[in-house]
Amino acid sequence: MNQPVLKVSKLRKSFGNDLVLQDISFDVPEHTATVFIGASGSGKSTLLRCINLLDSIDDGVINLDGQDISATEVNPDAVRQKLGMVFQSFNLFPHMTVLENITLAPIKVQQVVKDAAVAEAFNLLERFGLKDKAHQYPDRLSGGQQQRLAIIRSIARHPLLLLLDEITSALDPVLVNEVLSTVRDLKGEGMTMVLATHEMGFAKQVANEVCYLHNGKILEWGEPEQLLEAPKRSETQEFIRRVHAAGRL
Amino acid sequence: MTENRGHSSSDAAVPYDFGGPWQPSNIELARQSARKKRNKRNALIAAASSILVIGTLIVVLVTSPGWISLRDTFFKWAYGVEVLPKIILGFGTNVTLTIIAGSSVAVIGLLIALVRTSRSPALTPFRFLAMVYVDVFRGIPMLLVILLIGFGIPALQLRGVTNNVLILGTIAVIITYSAYVAEVIRSGILTVHPSQRAAARSLGLSHIQTLRHVVLPQALKRVTPPLLNDLVALIKDTGLISILGVTDAVRAAQIQTAKTFNYTPYVMAALVFLAVTIPLTRATDRMLRKSLEKQNAQWQA
Repeated sequence: MNQPVLKVSKLRKSFGNDLVLQDISFDVPEHTATVFIGASGSGKSTLLRCINLLDSIDDGVINLDGQDISATEVNPDAVRQKLGMVFQSFNLFPHMTVLENITLAPIKVQQVVKDAAVAEAFNLLERFGLKDKAHQYPDRLSGGQQQRLAIIRSIARHPLLLLLDEITSALDPVLVNEVLSTVRDLKGEGMTMVLATHEMGFAKQVANEVCYLHNGKILEWGEPEQLLEAPKRSETQEFIRRVHAAGRL
Repeated sequence: MTENRGHSSSDAAVPYDFGGPWQPSNIELARQSARKKRNKRNALIAAASSILVIGTLIVVLVTSPGWISLRDTFFKWAYGVEVLPKIILGFGTNVTLTIIAGSSVAVIGLLIALVRTSRSPALTPFRFLAMVYVDVFRGIPMLLVILLIGFGIPALQLRGVTNNVLILGTIAVIITYSAYVAEVIRSGILTVHPSQRAAARSLGLSHIQTLRHVVLPQALKRVTPPLLNDLVALIKDTGLISILGVTDAVRAAQIQTAKTFNYTPYVMAALVFLAVTIPLTRATDRMLRKSLEKQNAQWQA
């Protein structure tokens, strides 16, 4: 059996006296999606930032593609080349055109020849329906287009694993779907991913495994149907009930 | 009901037809005429108040007891035109100095700003030195720095160190302005949201690449107006090195004034400075607006 793309064991993270994550262990096998759900402040974003080495961890091991990336001698820049990250607030570069946003990392980091990088960027833009926006600045795009661009930017580097941090939270409900269908497409193509989301319906569609994060701990995990429809723990039931009440399922 | 939307086969390209070209309604026509009336009244008020204020100023000036002698001492245009070539010649020094000092300040100021915003442990002593440097030279009047360096260094009688006051004066200007500019650039770097760095780093860009491609372009664009403000101030402040005896526009005017006890050369020197600083300010405003328009959709009218 193939080893998992990502293997997190006993991860612990605190900010000062604030314990944000504890005893976090999970595997993400190739071509699967692991979805983290949980209330705001439950540690979902911090977990993704730790995997991307944007935050340091206090204890535990993060293993990516067979390499212990939590080891002290690891070069974070080299690790991040294998990872793609999409943020809640898009974080596009406002001073660069759509095309430049996509080709920056391939050209500067991966030393791809400019023409090749541009050609690849156009392929991706065409596939995701943004080709006519190539020479515009991100400010001219709708929220949904901006987030799709952020996704394109992160996959243009061919990451092994895509980290998606509440990518639809800043979007108008009408625009959420276009972004989610992009993610569904990527999942269909076999992209391995870890997501933090509030969209339970979407979680059900793409997840191979759903983990419920509560006060920094994985309280319950399982297949999406089981966890989202028949959760065992009372905390999970309460969370799902509240999400239902907010009309997000 | 749908017939009213006019999906006629003749112009199928137009999805909605609102019934021919737009004709403003009576309400809109009334609003337009009211707006026109109001604009007309505002223009009249502006004109009347301008005439009143400027007229009063002129009357006060011209009827003041010392007006005649003031006019002859400060605004003797024939004399002004006569000395203008000498002042312009002196102004060449100010321009040269601005170009040399300006480019040096840009480089040094940027370096200091980068050192002060870096987090590398290896740069800790430099960070401290940069902080002390900025604190000291931002806090001393530039005239004092010019005097200390312009007269102090030659007094040390160091071998191999120039006694040329022009060079020493330029160095004093560079030292002072680098401190100001470093702070402006640093504030610009600090305004770039941390999420921009996070995005760049998550794409695999190194710290240096993140600075070069993501942080600095945005930071410098934001601080362009204050930097240009400093450039205009620099052009003016190069006049301060005349205190060391360098023949710049201010000094040239002073020499002429000393000959005739007529102050018109000072006014001419002021006009020469304005002739450069005003167009420069306007041009940079324009440049900045253009670049913002390109980037921000909301600037589109």
